[in-house]
Amino acid sequence: MAITEIPLRVVRDELPRRQRARSSGRKVDPSTLDEVRDALGTLPLRRDLLIEHLHALNDRHGQLRADHLAALAQLHRLAQVEVFEVASFYHHFDVVREGADGAFEAPASLTVRVCNGLSCELAGARALIEKLPSLLGADVRVLEAPCVGRCEQAPVAVVHQRPVAQATAERVQGEAARRRTQDDLPAAIDLPGYLAQGGYRLLRDCHAGTRDIESVLKAMEDSGLRGLGGAGFPAGRKWRIVRAESAPRLMAVNIDEGEPGTFKDRHYLERDPHRFLEGMLVAAWAVGIAKIYVYLRDEYHGCRALLERELAALRAAPPAAGLPEIELRRGAGAYICGEESAMIESIEGKRGMPRLRPPYVAQVGLFGRPTLEHNFETLYWVRDLLERGPQWFASQGRHGRKGLRSFSVSGRVREPGVKLAPAGITLRELVDEYCGGLPEGHELYAYLPGGASGGILPASMADIPLDFDTLQPHGCFIGSAAVMVLTRSARHVDRAVDAARNLMRFFEDESCGQCTPCRAGTAKARALIERDTWDLPLLAELSQVMRDASICGLGQAAPNPVDCVVRYFPHELERA
Amino acid sequence: MNKPVELIEFSLNGRAITAQPGETILDAAKRARMPIPHLCASRALEPAGNCRACVVEIAGERVLAPSCCRTPTAGMKVESTSARAVAAQKMVLELLVSDAGAASAAQTQESKLLFWADRLQAPRGRLPGRESVAPDTSHPAFAVNLDACIQCTRCIRACRDEQVNDVLGLAFRGAHAKIVFDQDDPVLASTCVACGECVQACPTGALMPARGVGLEKIEKTVDSVCPYCGVGCQLTWHVGRNEQGAESIRYVTGRDGPANHGRLCVKGRFGFDYVRDGERLSVPLIRRDGVGKDPAQIEQVKRGELPLSALFREAGWDEALDRAAGGLARIRDGAVPGAPSPLAGFGSAKGSNEEAYLFQKLVRTGFRTHNVDHCTRLCHASSVAALLEGIGSGAVSNPVEDVARADLILLIGANPAANHPVAASWIKNAVKRGARLVLADPRATPMARFATWHLAFRPDTDVALLTGLLHVIVTEGLVDEAFVAARVNGYEALKASVAEATPERMAEICGIPAATIREVARAYATSKGSMILWGMGISQHVHGTDNARCLIALALVTGQIGRPGTGLHPLRGQNNVQGASDAGLIPMMYPNYQRVVRDEVRAKFESLWGEGLGSEAGLTVVEIMHAAAAGTIRGMFVEGENPAMSDPDLDHARAAIAKLEHLVVQDIFPTETAILADVVLPASAWAEKWGTVTNTDRLIQIGRPALTPPGQARQDLWVIEQIARRIGLGWNYWRAEDGDGHAAAEAPVARVYEEMRGVMEPLAGVPWSRLVREDAVVTPAEREDEPGHAVVFTDRFPTADGRATLVPARFAPGPEQPSAEYPLVIATGRVLEHWHTGAMTRRAEVLEALAPAPVVSIHPVDAARLDLADGAALRVESRHGAIEAVADITPAVREGQLFIPFAYWEAAANKLTGSAIDAFGKIPGFKVTAVRAVRIPEPAAPGS
Repeated sequence: MAITEIPLRVVRDELPRRQRARSSGRKVDPSTLDEVRDALGTLPLRRDLLIEHLHALNDRHGQLRADHLAALAQLHRLAQVEVFEVASFYHHFDVVREGADGAFEAPASLTVRVCNGLSCELAGARALIEKLPSLLGADVRVLEAPCVGRCEQAPVAVVHQRPVAQATAERVQGEAARRRTQDDLPAAIDLPGYLAQGGYRLLRDCHAGTRDIESVLKAMEDSGLRGLGGAGFPAGRKWRIVRAESAPRLMAVNIDEGEPGTFKDRHYLERDPHRFLEGMLVAAWAVGIAKIYVYLRDEYHGCRALLERELAALRAAPPAAGLPEIELRRGAGAYICGEESAMIESIEGKRGMPRLRPPYVAQVGLFGRPTLEHNFETLYWVRDLLERGPQWFASQGRHGRKGLRSFSVSGRVREPGVKLAPAGITLRELVDEYCGGLPEGHELYAYLPGGASGGILPASMADIPLDFDTLQPHGCFIGSAAVMVLTRSARHVDRAVDAARNLMRFFEDESCGQCTPCRAGTAKARALIERDTWDLPLLAELSQVMRDASICGLGQAAPNPVDCVVRYFPHELERA
Repeated sequence: MNKPVELIEFSLNGRAITAQPGETILDAAKRARMPIPHLCASRALEPAGNCRACVVEIAGERVLAPSCCRTPTAGMKVESTSARAVAAQKMVLELLVSDAGAASAAQTQESKLLFWADRLQAPRGRLPGRESVAPDTSHPAFAVNLDACIQCTRCIRACRDEQVNDVLGLAFRGAHAKIVFDQDDPVLASTCVACGECVQACPTGALMPARGVGLEKIEKTVDSVCPYCGVGCQLTWHVGRNEQGAESIRYVTGRDGPANHGRLCVKGRFGFDYVRDGERLSVPLIRRDGVGKDPAQIEQVKRGELPLSALFREAGWDEALDRAAGGLARIRDGAVPGAPSPLAGFGSAKGSNEEAYLFQKLVRTGFRTHNVDHCTRLCHASSVAALLEGIGSGAVSNPVEDVARADLILLIGANPAANHPVAASWIKNAVKRGARLVLADPRATPMARFATWHLAFRPDTDVALLTGLLHVIVTEGLVDEAFVAARVNGYEALKASVAEATPERMAEICGIPAATIREVARAYATSKGSMILWGMGISQHVHGTDNARCLIALALVTGQIGRPGTGLHPLRGQNNVQGASDAGLIPMMYPNYQRVVRDEVRAKFESLWGEGLGSEAGLTVVEIMHAAAAGTIRGMFVEGENPAMSDPDLDHARAAIAKLEHLVVQDIFPTETAILADVVLPASAWAEKWGTVTNTDRLIQIGRPALTPPGQARQDLWVIEQIARRIGLGWNYWRAEDGDGHAAAEAPVARVYEEMRGVMEPLAGVPWSRLVREDAVVTPAEREDEPGHAVVFTDRFPTADGRATLVPARFAPGPEQPSAEYPLVIATGRVLEHWHTGAMTRRAEVLEALAPAPVVSIHPVDAARLDLADGAALRVESRHGAIEAVADITPAVREGQLFIPFAYWEAAANKLTGSAIDAFGKIPGFKVTAVRAVRIPEPAAPGS
């Protein structure tokens, strides 16, 4: 008689199964929790400070261990994945997981990053990258890094946090051997020095009512100052728009200077930080800002120390009463965080993923509040504009353009650096008048007017005025005014194709991964242009979808170098 | 209320169309039959706008816009089919197909990616593909093939925005951006609870049910409702063939029901193969002559040492029914006239309303006793007792979904993350929206992460904590005087009773700081809407009724009841515990809570049913077990219950069951109880029948059959009627034209339902035809053309004077106090994967694979004291019995407290529990038993 019998195991052997029912996922043991608490020190356990917490752990342990991340999540009452996805987004966090035995590998004793930005590549970074590992030995890790914002010093290597200008393998080895790993504090004008030069008088006037808000807004509008981060939105109008939004309003300052070729913000910050801070506080006063967040790219270690010191000095002796709180935030290695909404996400302690707009950050920005977001340099000029009057700024300019521009010039010129020049100056004038001309024996071949995303123009177009709006007809834009110069000489040949490949690798690495046109588009474009023969119709289609359908400017501008090569340097493709 | 909606007129592809306010261009276009390709957009999820397949051209805008994220403005000119828009849509699809197309085709027949790519004829083969990655097949329920992934994040939004399990994320960046579980861990090792929401959300097959069932041929789909917990999730069964070629449920998807809106949990989604399990009873069984009943047989059979065939022989239905009914009739007829009835029946909250109604009618009219009860006695009997006494109704005042309208949610003695997972998701959604959660529970359950206050009070001190809260409310002027004056009796007595319960004194007892008690009391009393939800942690105590009285008092004195976002919600455990109680499957009441002791009620039912009826309330579950042990109950009919696992003090209960002269068990599996039966009748699973069930929200829903029962198994309703006919009742629900009782039939179920509706006022507006049409109706519903009342007690309570009554409670220690001999206390409960005694879920492969063996949760400090390592074997002993299991060391339990699930026969938790019961609700104190634990030196623990 067939009667059911009850077997011991109902589950078939081939089915994956747990050994026993238990609380799943990583368990956090008390000692790990203590290690994390210890690393965080006095940092408050706020969700928006998550990236600061990850820095604290990464600084302390040289890496972010999975067990530490689980413990950090528990302290925050977050899910592990919420911490992991943030940690794994940023270049500067070394996320490591346990091996099969449950143990973690020790971190490298030292990390050397070699900048692979275009100017550094032109200056021989590639050779440096190849040479360094054997020279430095197995316990030193050598990584390629995207533009570190020191293009005038190319090639640049960074020994832990110490930049080495005009780096040679030997100089890097010397710094590494002596364990000189910290950046020098820039010799900037400090608070007493700035006050001695009449600093913060403007801010006091504002707070004392000597100047009224309307006149300041008007002066800003009349000056024609536009956002100098790259997008060029009129600064005065932005103040007025955010001011009209409901309180509390917040302010976010973008010093995530990441556009390859750009180093102007660092240049000014290293010299005169209070000029920027005063401009920022005037803007905050005019717009009615409750709190200010300053977001500084992680690569600027010396600037961070400087800002920390000067902000402390400012807090100790505020030039006016009732100034808003200022919080300095440290980036963690992500170009995309220079995008305004990605930066806001990052300040909130999240991955730097640009937001969809509308709504605009002026309406719904940081922590959901109306937010005034400005590039460093825009604020840097506020004091001069208001003290000298809007006409001073508007009266500058060349070839029919108005204002001043701070060009970050690098590549093949005699005297690279930040050049404060009239808006509308041409490339040829800029090089000849401000940069000491081209090196001996060099012939201008091409130039990038606006960093990695602004496109590439041939020498034949070196007489176009450089300013907002003048380059669009040519498929280019000035952006942050990062000018990189390519030449040819008897001894070398710079090629636009090589530049385009360098830049597309950069975009592929720096795409946040959110939208298809950028995430997949940059990867496919990079693969397609690395081929000897370019499929031009396909690249044109790809370029169009990236421009038309990407969420933010990164994806929209990423095809510029490729399109410029096709448009202005077809001869390179014939020979390629 | 119904203002005319201002529609937004805009132009799409040159045609004037309209959008509702807030409607996206994508949705408006779909309604206008001009569908736009889309992948990352999904109706249930917040739009993300990342895939960019739905981009459109908007006049005046520089770049294309994602139509899933944009709402049109009046006069906006939108082109979804212009050359520019189509070029972008096609290239987006081409990019995605180049990466994921081939894998998507291999994983699913319903790839939305390939659907749109084909529809737009996106070119293929022009773009280089990405590198392939290894699949993750670590999990028994579903497989992860990221080769088919398009990073649309629907799975992440399903996991985090919808279910708020927060396991899935998008890690790394750029082309390396990757969907990860926890810290990029294998699914099985992660904190994934396998709700399967991500699988349901995935448009490309990157997440699919394991072992390729998603690629199988589906022969039909059947809309029904989940048979597990009281949330009542609507679902669709996808029926195909299993490995043996038998018709079976292959996979399950959630439906947009009022309680779940498409959501399901691991049981509802992956727990249905029990229906086709090889152990299903398929032939009637009769105990072999001369084979005695011995409780030891239960574990012998379970361990495989004793075949069922040694205890039973197969029989035909006629013989089995004759034997079953004959034995019951003989005991009934042989009883001394006037003496207490020797018969009793246990129905089940797992059955339908119609089965519950018919079963209680059978016992009352056929057995001629009110000794009929079911597992409500073991879960919410004390809650119901307090609610009936205080506000005149045992049902919830507000549905779970009302948490969306609450500002403060007090969740006490409930672990919905494991036991009502979809209800938990609504609570978590509410917290994310900004509501504050007070979690009062000695354990740090998964809900603790979301709590503003976690009150981890000492076990068994609920009354102290709650009277402390009441003291603060009464003494700090937080009482809603107007509400109390208008609608509440007994305030002065309550005020006097809590006068001594100062936060400081109560803090000493319950371990929660006085300041916290004050803070929570103020927050509860002053929020715009405070809602209380509770579970077995309140009710399963010997002072469970007092616990519930305190909660009722909290709501009444603060006026936090009778409005949306407020009220009292005892979370019902079983899928139909509300309905079974409503239908009269309890000893003191007829259907719709009409008391058996009232003469006019008795007269009404006597005339309706045409039989004489008793005038005294019957015995409850535990009382019946005691009576069986004492020999006064000698015969029982148990339909779908498993008292030999679920009752307290199991050794005692099993002995009592074994002592019965005649036991008839009707079930789908040879349960622990069935092993001690005289006759075992093979019945139908939920997926094999028609019927209605009533969820925790008073929502009555219809279930439809997807399968036919195996072998000779019959419909429960048919079996109950057959027994009735054989003990002298002239019933005629199941007629010849309805078949032989094997396959499901709608007509007899509808007949029973309509008879039941005749005695149940709340169903007045819900005829069977309405249920078939609407699938779900909230009750009470007076009229057929109106929705029922989701929120009740808005202006009066269903009591004689329309007012509620406060009943004071004072803290008193229970009988199970820790001592030198038994220094720890144990709470019993459930794990996410297993339902109750495990009869169903331990026969569901996926669920059993996820939780295959019993564990005892123990605090690290206690573990250290016992020298226990995580995973080590331990023995737990109480005054009542002992079990052996494996230690799971976790700070989620309090020091001094153990937690053990009662689903495992290998370590039957109820061997430890005592049978002391609450004086009013007659519920045992499952939540507190004093025990001691010792390490077992040898590693030979059961299940390891």
